[in-house]
Amino acid sequence: MAVLILAKHDNAHLNEATGKAVTAATAMGGDVTLLVAGENCGAVAEAAAKLGGVTKVIHVEGAEYAHRLAEPLTDLVKAFAEDYEHIVFPGTTSGRNVAPRLAALLDVMVISEITGVVAPDTFERPIYAGNAIQTVKSSDPKKVITVRGASFAAPGEQAPAPIETATGPADPGLSSWVEDKTQVSDRPELASAKIVVSGGRGVGSEENFAIVAALADKLGAAVGASRAAVDSGYAPNDWQVGQTGKVVAPDLYIALGISGAIQHLAGMKDSKVIVAINKDEEAPIFQVADYGLVGDLFTLVPEMAEKLG
Amino acid sequence: MKILVPVKRVIDYNVKVRVKADGSGVDLANVKMSMNPFDEIAVEEAIRLKEKGVAEEVIAVSIGVKQAQETLRTALAMGADRAILVVAAEDVATDIEPLAVAKILAKVAEAEGAKLVIAGKQAIDNDMNATGQMLAALLGWPQATFASELAIEGDKAKVTREVDGGLQTIEVKLPAIVTADLRLNEPRYASLPNIMKAKKKPLEEKTAADYGVDVTPRLTVVKTTEPSVRKAGVKVGSVDELIAKLKDEAGVL
Ligand SMILES: Cc1cc2nc3c(=O)[nH]c(=O)nc-3n(C[C@H](O)[C@H](O)[C@H](O)COP(=O)(O)OP(=O)(O)OC[C@H]3O[C@@H](n4cnc5c(N)ncnc54)[C@H](O)[C@@H]3O)c2cc1C
Ligand SMILES: Nc1ncnc2c1ncn2[C@@H]1O[C@H](COP(=O)(O)O)[C@@H](O)[C@H]1O
Repeated sequence: MAVLILAKHDNAHLNEATGKAVTAATAMGGDVTLLVAGENCGAVAEAAAKLGGVTKVIHVEGAEYAHRLAEPLTDLVKAFAEDYEHIVFPGTTSGRNVAPRLAALLDVMVISEITGVVAPDTFERPIYAGNAIQTVKSSDPKKVITVRGASFAAPGEQAPAPIETATGPADPGLSSWVEDKTQVSDRPELASAKIVVSGGRGVGSEENFAIVAALADKLGAAVGASRAAVDSGYAPNDWQVGQTGKVVAPDLYIALGISGAIQHLAGMKDSKVIVAINKDEEAPIFQVADYGLVGDLFTLVPEMAEKLG
Repeated sequence: MKILVPVKRVIDYNVKVRVKADGSGVDLANVKMSMNPFDEIAVEEAIRLKEKGVAEEVIAVSIGVKQAQETLRTALAMGADRAILVVAAEDVATDIEPLAVAKILAKVAEAEGAKLVIAGKQAIDNDMNATGQMLAALLGWPQATFASELAIEGDKAKVTREVDGGLQTIEVKLPAIVTADLRLNEPRYASLPNIMKAKKKPLEEKTAADYGVDVTPRLTVVKTTEPSVRKAGVKVGSVDELIAKLKDEAGVL
């Protein structure tokens, strides 16, 4: 048995979701090979070799992999697929884009967003926005899987595993990259931060989100948002936490002016400690909060930031 | 150009899902069912392309139980031209896996000569997020998933995608598959006259066997359980008390 993982990175840095996928893969059993494909991504391959549990790294250079386009990446992974029983992807937007495409080419069913490994062919995954957990057993000869990062720990470090270089098949040329609009931020990454401070519709405007950000910065936290806050233009799309946004499980999650719709809870209810500040004492967020504070966020949040300083 | 829009009948997003005590699944008896919210967005986008003169025809397709007719009628009432129901299950508790759905959709797309498929990004019942990508693979077409903006420019589609780091814009050659994310548009409500008109629009009925697709699942559900419940928390009276609890009791500050 052997596992192949497609590493997630931005050509310069290895994304932490990759390590979580390695942890899940280790539970499936067998050697773990990491495939690092990108443009000038040698440093990523070196970082990948040090993830505890990795047996080998395959490094593939190609301009067609630089922007994570689905078609060339899928064809690349497929070229290596034969030697592996499990093919695993971090549950990032990129992994979710490629894994089902690969599964269909291999004529197997994809197993999306696993939160637990029960046996090499049996996995747990949430359904209905996390309101139920399904245990599924695959009868397919190969298992193509995406891993929910929030459910697995990061692996330790090891002495570097060997790195092999390889080349991929020809680019099918079906799609092309135009541009990326990414925010550069000094804050920790939302998906892996120890503390997350999120704002909802109650925050009221893009300007007011500075109150949320100020508390986050006091705590060295990442900033998140509800869908309502993103849709209203208060926060960028990649801050959305929930069923269809990011799933986070920090040590501390602070929800400000968020009502607690099931779709939002789906993204944060596995946090270790949850704090909610909301002026409506009946808000459903209080049902999952360890500590609830009823009141106006516009006075309470600046007060909290100040007292932490 | 013809646009195909796959629409799935799912439990309404407002319904509180209950897991059956015997672990056999979730309770679907007498619960409100609706069109998957992402598919409403997909239908809306297709209709807008028709209104702009980019598309000639919008065809809604659903695969599942007979009752999915209602979902297709909703798509027709929103403005789709015709509908195809592929009956593949009898029991409402049977969920057809994305791989089988994609195989059927591939056959439909080929038979219809569709140039664009707009699907939802994810079905809110199984949360698979897979069908569009699988369909693209089976047809050998490019895919643009998680779309928040879509423009057809000649023989290409320019799509802005919601990705982890922010937004990515790509171009895909047509024919292509696009999957709709939440912010692509705000779907319209069907007006009463349009609901009446939809009753007369063509709705063709087929079976999975008509397309020669085996819908036997590859994943067996061993059990379905409730997620672990959080123990009840407390209300605190002030910011000072909150900070003290977080420091001393929870130990997270
Ligand atoms: C298919 C689908 C997918 C979805 N996916 C997601 C998702 O991934 N993530 C997500 O978050 N949502 C998602 N949603 C939306 C979800 O259903 C809710 O609409 C959304 O989470 C509500 O956001 P909110 O809590 O910020 O807004 P609201 O529900 O409007 O709540 C605002 C809260 O702010 C409080 N408030 C107002 N003013 C103040 C003040 N001055 N001080 C303190 N409190 C105040 C109010 O009491 C209220 O509780 C999805 C919905 C659908 C249909
Ligand atoms: N049974 C089905 N009938 C029609 N469309 C479907 C069906 N299952 C999935 N889809 C389409 O595929 C999308 C993604 O679903 P999924 O891959 O199951 O998360 C949905 O939003 C629909 O557009």
